[in-house]
Amino acid sequence: MFEWIQFFADWLIYDIFGVAADTQLGEALNFFVYDTIKILFLLFLITFIMGIVNSYFPVDKLRNFLSRNKLYGLEYLAASVFGAITPFCSCSSVPLFIGFVRGGIPLGVTFAFLITSPLVNEIAIAIFLGMFGLKTTLIYVVSGILLGVLGGFVLSKLNLEPLLSDWVQKAMANSESDEDYDESKQTFWERLPAIRNEAWEIVRSVTLYVIIGIGIGAAMHGYVPEGFFEEYISAENPLAVPLATVLAVPLYANAAGILPVIQVLVAKGVPLGTAIAFMMATIGLSIPEAMLMKKVMTVKLIVIYFSVEVIFIIFSGYLFNWIL
Amino acid sequence: MKTIKVLGTGCPKCKTTVNHAEKAVAEKGVEVQIIKIEDIQEIMEYNVMSTPALLIDDEMKVKGRVPTVEEIKGWL
Repeated sequence: MFEWIQFFADWLIYDIFGVAADTQLGEALNFFVYDTIKILFLLFLITFIMGIVNSYFPVDKLRNFLSRNKLYGLEYLAASVFGAITPFCSCSSVPLFIGFVRGGIPLGVTFAFLITSPLVNEIAIAIFLGMFGLKTTLIYVVSGILLGVLGGFVLSKLNLEPLLSDWVQKAMANSESDEDYDESKQTFWERLPAIRNEAWEIVRSVTLYVIIGIGIGAAMHGYVPEGFFEEYISAENPLAVPLATVLAVPLYANAAGILPVIQVLVAKGVPLGTAIAFMMATIGLSIPEAMLMKKVMTVKLIVIYFSVEVIFIIFSGYLFNWIL
Repeated sequence: MKTIKVLGTGCPKCKTTVNHAEKAVAEKGVEVQIIKIEDIQEIMEYNVMSTPALLIDDEMKVKGRVPTVEEIKGWL
């Protein structure tokens, strides 16, 4: 599928720029051009497809589905899958949270949505596909969804409602499952221009991060020797996964910037599970998000929420190292 | 005079929406009051779950994405 990009990168670097293929510079430049084009192409494709899905299943509709239907335990899975198909913006997490609990959706189910939403998003999927291929991407998506299901379920058992802010508890008490929402009557072709513009907008806004990430990756790719990290972060070191996870929480980066660097870390010997745990903690948990959350819940609840997620991320890191 | 309300908690997308609204108003050359609503409790009163959202004369025009300048001009 991507031969044409490799062909173009070879032509550009070796023929036009005249950099020899067997030099470190040539290899790094070729890697940079190839990866940048491939990732941007996939980004547009995936955001476009997700845009179409989202146009037919906007978050209001998903919320109403969750609040109206009895799902006998499957509501955690449904909420988590909905979180995966909804585009994530950290500034939307608080309004989403309120919208859900006000619709009478239990707190644990709301958390299931909230945990998966940043982990599995169109940007992460596109870059994962480009960097690690289909199989690893599928495993990542499934574990991101399972993480939401398990995390939400555990949080639901902890009786956390009293730890919400007063006004949120009041909103919960006055919950109504039927909030009006007018479904768009547009045809598929009428929807397309807005979806295309939105996809362009997303690609445009992350292009710089992709280029910086791949630039760093390309430099490391060309100059860091194979197996370099193995000496420091080996699969045998049992503390590597928790350490990588905890270190990543204060880091705030988006998937676009962090993934190209992680791919090189993996190529140079860091176990994939450790790298994914690091990435999940970087994009799934962030201090700015915690600050926003303070408007709807107490610090104690934020700490519980983050701790549960950290524990599950560490667990999935070990699992990945074991099965991949 | 018409009013444009932009709901958003201060994220980059919400700022872009305000910029687009200002640009649309300037290009159209009409008198419009632009109000930014950043307080989460106030935002929730508009029944919005995905920001940014834009209302013209309290009518919801778009939520969850940044409207283009052309779109806003069409609504004014």
